[in-house]
Amino acid sequence: MAHGATKEFKVTWGMVIDLDKCTGCGACMTACQVENNIAPMVDASNKMRTLSWMLVFELSNKKSGAEAEVAYLPRPCMQCGNPACVPVCPVIATEKNEEGGIVSQVYPRCIGCRYCMAACPYHARYFNWEDPIFPKGMEKALSPSTSARPRGVVEKCNFCHTRFMQAKDKARQDGGNPEGLADGAYMPACAEICPTGAISFGDVKNKEHKVFDLAQGKDAFRLLEKLGLNPQVYYVSKREWVRKLGDNYAATGKPGAAKKHS
Amino acid sequence: MDRALFPDGLERCSFGKFVLWMGFVSAFFLFGLYAMLLIFAKGIVVTGLDNYFGFGLWITFDLAVIALGAGAFFTGFLKYILKIDQLKNIINLTVIVGFICYSGAMLVLTMDIGQPIRAWFGYWHPNVHSMLTEVIFCITCYCLVLVIEFVPLVLEQKQLNKIPFLHHLAHNMHVNMALFAGIGAFLSTFHQGSLGGMYGVLIGRPYAFREGFFIWPWTFFLFVLSAVGCGPIFTVLCCTLMEKMTGRKLVDFKTKALMGKIAGTMLTVYIFFKILDTYAWANNYLPSIGMTFDQMFYGLVYGKWLMFTEIILCGLVPAIMLITPSIRNNPTLLYTAGILDCIGVSLNRYLFTVQSIAMPILPFDTWQIYAPNWAEWATSGMIVAYGVLVMSLSYRYLPVFPQERGMNK
Repeated sequence: MAHGATKEFKVTWGMVIDLDKCTGCGACMTACQVENNIAPMVDASNKMRTLSWMLVFELSNKKSGAEAEVAYLPRPCMQCGNPACVPVCPVIATEKNEEGGIVSQVYPRCIGCRYCMAACPYHARYFNWEDPIFPKGMEKALSPSTSARPRGVVEKCNFCHTRFMQAKDKARQDGGNPEGLADGAYMPACAEICPTGAISFGDVKNKEHKVFDLAQGKDAFRLLEKLGLNPQVYYVSKREWVRKLGDNYAATGKPGAAKKHS
Repeated sequence: MDRALFPDGLERCSFGKFVLWMGFVSAFFLFGLYAMLLIFAKGIVVTGLDNYFGFGLWITFDLAVIALGAGAFFTGFLKYILKIDQLKNIINLTVIVGFICYSGAMLVLTMDIGQPIRAWFGYWHPNVHSMLTEVIFCITCYCLVLVIEFVPLVLEQKQLNKIPFLHHLAHNMHVNMALFAGIGAFLSTFHQGSLGGMYGVLIGRPYAFREGFFIWPWTFFLFVLSAVGCGPIFTVLCCTLMEKMTGRKLVDFKTKALMGKIAGTMLTVYIFFKILDTYAWANNYLPSIGMTFDQMFYGLVYGKWLMFTEIILCGLVPAIMLITPSIRNNPTLLYTAGILDCIGVSLNRYLFTVQSIAMPILPFDTWQIYAPNWAEWATSGMIVAYGVLVMSLSYRYLPVFPQERGMNK
């Protein structure tokens, strides 16, 4: 995939996350770790080295007293339409080729150069600093369909790709169309577990899927749209300050838009 | 004791002194070797790198030494292709410096990648769209070219050269050196550029991203120019350091000043375009993505002073010094300009590597601080020690400097 190229797919799996519904409970993070066989770290005190395919950020309106507000922003891989990570990989260990537009990661091919991590502005890619070691007994609870990754390779959210495969298999068994899954037939673990229903998932190009309308709503936005990466993850919030935190507006000088990093 | 191995008619320090020196340098080398083995055994978890700073000291070090080692290909190009004969006085040194820089960089890369055993995948599964693929191709190929350029010098060692086959082999390799100089210039230009291109294509990293010409971002051309703007003068600095340490004259000042002039000319071209590029980036690109020049910097560690030091103090100033004959022809000022030049280009590589990824792009994210740990410093020090060992052995036993005998009578 060349730089700046957006490949069109008939089916485009996307996620719409309602930030006004998200309570920051972290269930999505936990479900993701379990579903994808992410081993618990012996020492996870250094959060810059943990594996969090799904990570919840806390947003603040930086006001005090009664005006103070927070929001929680779950951040999976954005599965960008024009991904920054794919064209830079020297060994084609990450691709955006499969129908559905999910950015893949080929663990047995990754050389661990971390160029894709440097490329991703969302910090959605993670490096395996150590070999995965599952505590005694935990191996019985591992997902049989997801491979564990060795030390030294990069990994990331793939919208629970194994569930996608299973959903297509089921459609075939039931005599349905695996390339035209019904709304809800394929659901990543984070979307399934969210207790407040903040995470919706489906084909953003299919009018019969709930996410089609949600992604086009007036309060919908995507992270860092100005960079032109064309993410397949949408966010929704009725609060303007939350929407403003989705991109950089410092250059325009519009009130409330400037964001000083601290 | 090893006098029979010295180049014809040249004096070297006593064997005992040499052993002491080599032992001293080897201590640093062995400490780095210990760190390297630890990294191979336990992985890069023993370094200070993390998920934000996938690139750190090693990549900065690699990019800097590859730029500083550019004297080899550019001087080779001028000597063998453009036939500037005076450069024969320093060409051997440029080859050795280049060989050390490139082989050292490759060694660092084997540690840096998470799966060293898959390093060859760059050839087996190449992504033709990735600048890094091009870098892998060209650096490995060019390192081979440097070996080919270094071999005849080794074969000219006094005892080896007595063997007729080796003598003729060295002679014939010399005769055909223009071919390798040409290949080296081609390969090196492209990978120096691709190293810059690696950063320029990072659409998600506003500090580094640049538009450009066809598939090449402007950083592609800027990295080539900055490398040839510092490589030749770095060789001069290495030579002068060797002269100070050995107390012998090795290369005449006229040749050094010529190298300074070459570097200065290229640095001037580079800094002209670098200033234009920075201006366009700050005033056109950054506003287009909603960011400002001020947002690219933070506090002291990531302050604007770094960029101004790079472009003005260590860019514009040495460029003016090196293209002004009266300044360039003063040894102290030539070396001062050379040091500033090399610092500036290394700083440029640091900023593109670390500042680019330290900066928060998401508005709710924060700046992160990176500090290399002992394992990264020790292994980088190992490469420097390795370079000093190779250079010490080469100086003692190989006819590196054609003028040395005449200048030390």
